Amino acid sequence: METTNSISFNRRSFIKTIGLSTGGLMIGFTLFEACKPDSKVMIDLETLNYKDFNAFIKIAENGMVTIYSPNPEVGQGVKTSMPMLIAEELDVPWEHVLVKQADLDTKNYQRQVAGGSQSIRASWMPLRQTGATARQMLINAAAVKWGVDPSECYTEAGIIKNSRNEKLSYGAVVSEAALLEVPDNIKLKDPKDFKIIGKDIVNVDIDKIISGKPLFGLDYKVDGMVYAVSLRPPAFGQKLVSFDDTETRKVNGVTDVFQFGDKVAVLATNTWAAMNGKKALIAEWSSDEKLMSTEEHDLELTNLFDSDKLKEVRSDGNIDRAKNSADKVIEYTYEAPFLPHSCMEPMNFFAHVTDAKVELVGPIQTPEGTARQVAGLLKRDVEQVHLSLTRIGGGFGRRLIGDYAVEAAEISNISKKPVKLVYTREDDMAGGFYRPIVKYRISAAIKNNKLVGYHLKETAVGSSINKSRASYFPAGCIDNYKVEAAQLPSEITTGPWRAPVCNFLATAEQTFIDEIAEELNQDPVKLRLELLEKAKKNKADLEWSPERMIGVIKLAAEKSNWGKSKEGVYQGFSVYYSHNSYVAEVAEVVLRDNKPVVKKVYCAVDCGIVVNPLGAKNQIEGGIIDGIGHAMYGEMRFLKGKPQSLNYDSYRLIRMMETPVIETYFVDSNEDPTGLGEPSLPPVGAAIANAIKAATGQRYRIQPYLKYMEQVTEVVS
Amino acid sequence: MPTYNLNVNKKNHTVEADENMPLLWVLRDLLDLVGTKFGCGIGQCGACTIHLDGVASRSCLMPISSVGDAKITTIEGLSEDNSHPVQKAWKEVDVPQCGYCQAGQIMTASAFLENNPSPSKEEVRSAMHGNICRCSAYNRIEEAVNLAAKM
Repeated sequence: METTNSISFNRRSFIKTIGLSTGGLMIGFTLFEACKPDSKVMIDLETLNYKDFNAFIKIAENGMVTIYSPNPEVGQGVKTSMPMLIAEELDVPWEHVLVKQADLDTKNYQRQVAGGSQSIRASWMPLRQTGATARQMLINAAAVKWGVDPSECYTEAGIIKNSRNEKLSYGAVVSEAALLEVPDNIKLKDPKDFKIIGKDIVNVDIDKIISGKPLFGLDYKVDGMVYAVSLRPPAFGQKLVSFDDTETRKVNGVTDVFQFGDKVAVLATNTWAAMNGKKALIAEWSSDEKLMSTEEHDLELTNLFDSDKLKEVRSDGNIDRAKNSADKVIEYTYEAPFLPHSCMEPMNFFAHVTDAKVELVGPIQTPEGTARQVAGLLKRDVEQVHLSLTRIGGGFGRRLIGDYAVEAAEISNISKKPVKLVYTREDDMAGGFYRPIVKYRISAAIKNNKLVGYHLKETAVGSSINKSRASYFPAGCIDNYKVEAAQLPSEITTGPWRAPVCNFLATAEQTFIDEIAEELNQDPVKLRLELLEKAKKNKADLEWSPERMIGVIKLAAEKSNWGKSKEGVYQGFSVYYSHNSYVAEVAEVVLRDNKPVVKKVYCAVDCGIVVNPLGAKNQIEGGIIDGIGHAMYGEMRFLKGKPQSLNYDSYRLIRMMETPVIETYFVDSNEDPTGLGEPSLPPVGAAIANAIKAATGQRYRIQPYLKYMEQVTEVVS
Repeated sequence: MPTYNLNVNKKNHTVEADENMPLLWVLRDLLDLVGTKFGCGIGQCGACTIHLDGVASRSCLMPISSVGDAKITTIEGLSEDNSHPVQKAWKEVDVPQCGYCQAGQIMTASAFLENNPSPSKEEVRSAMHGNICRCSAYNRIEEAVNLAAKM
């Protein structure tokens, strides 16, 4: 690859390099640190100020490259895909790259968060620039050695070459390169020259995962560490009145028991003893008389639809006039329950609080915010909090909230010991920040067999359709359009759950679009395409592209042979834009013993350039099956504030024999990439509901859909 | 506390533990073999699956006092170098997302294929039905087990 940069390559003193390193690119980086494969160091590494030096790349003399991956790896694949961006522009063979997980480091990294499917979108330019800048500095160092202009040099797979056919490996010039001025105006590769981006790259942790090496938070241990399990109030809104730990202290291995807030910590020399000690606690809790049950949530949410608590989120045209002058108004209500996250690795965190520092290690999607919370709680300077990230056994939004890390720090602070706080599965399901219970009442005004008005009302505990989401499809497609929302206060904690709000908003809206199509006696795909033609005219007002949505609709329809009926196979369509990506899905349902079974899902995705197709397909398939599983089975109910499902015997997750075949197709694109951790989930609920309607004639509007299936079974038997 | 002699991955260990302590926690907390995972503690998810004399077993429900002379194999002992066909297939298919449940999946699959080297697709799906993958990498798990059967 040739360089077209014209830059200064005078050697500067290291001090000067630091001074120049702060400006320029999006990440406040300086370049790379030289590391040697042996202890013989050519430059005095002690003199380098690592804080100001590159936090992403190390190059050894033998050419091996270590790349630090800054963001939490929660199963979405960024520990593989983010280093791919650096390696691509650094121009090294992927086989020479070793990836390591970076610690929390707010000085050197930006946005160390796993959330909103934003890691790749946000790092696409900065990480490529990091790699490209390092590459240019290596070229510059080689050019100095050769006494040629850098423009005469180019790189190939970790080797710098020049027009005189001379060669130097990156490892041979890394020490010199590290002392050079950091160049700016770096030219990035043309996507057609990519050698790593766009290739199937296997998960960088694969060897450790398949051999059971310590990787996860629960696997982390240090000498002298004790295990802690906490007893928390059984119902949301309850307080601890008193407790008796006589029996707990008799459990072999239990070393300490103490109250903190409304909780009781049991410390022990092993996890099982701590769990047993907790079981032996006898606690008295405040009255649960006034705490709400799911039946009451249900009723209150319905009542809110007709209350003055509804607040306008978006309004186009005049929905009231459209409804009043309509030939017909149709209205349906869609409902979804609370959902726990059910991460396979239960919540856990290591904390060691000493006078000198606060050490935290574990699985967290928001390391920076969590470190700040711990500092706040312990009244310590955030600089004293050191947080290391482990691989994360699933997040789905639950680990955006660091309550368990804060709790671990609190227990360590009280006990003055290194502590591993572990949740039992029951603690995990009962101590959730649940997907909010939510209802959507949607009405459509129809005149002259056309859709002229669309009115959506949301009522929920802890959820809110914001202005941005209220502007997704079908906003922009209908002249008279209104979205309103109202909140029901509750003690039950709610939080982001994979594709927040969209995870059910998409189901409600994409089911309703099919109901409109039925009313208009129109093909549901044609109706969506027609509506999007209108959106093209209102593009300035939308953050999403009608053309790209049309693109995935057409691709999914083509690949699934939409509209060309197959004997005994019933199709359902759905499309959604969320997290900056576009996904259309066609679900295929067959009837087995008169019950609908999802056999196949076709999926068309536009996420711009696909960085790692192998990982991308895994995300798409996971999101679809996750979405089907929770739409079918997921439900957490509460009785006087108390969660009613505490383990997998009473909370059903989708399993192998219930999974459909999935075919995934990506739109060929040169747009900058967007994320995939979430976008395939939102559309699938409606895709299956619409297919089930086609198969059975029954319209599913309330999740979990299993309730309808039980009805079907009863009718049949 | 009583003392137990265990044979784990062809090595003998002596541990002192409460007789009711599940093998899962003996492995993880006392023997530092953390590849076997804690998922639910009630035998529902399969994350803690190990082999007991070659039979896939849920270590979270197995008191140490019931193990006796049985030979225990954990994910760490499946092969020295990831050369077991199931491990090779897992890598080739790039199965994991978060990866947490995969040790249990691999242990279930390897015991199953030992007894049924040429399973039908339906037999594979049925054999793996007891292991939950919250990331829902099921289609790749299925593909990898079918691939391993051909190796």
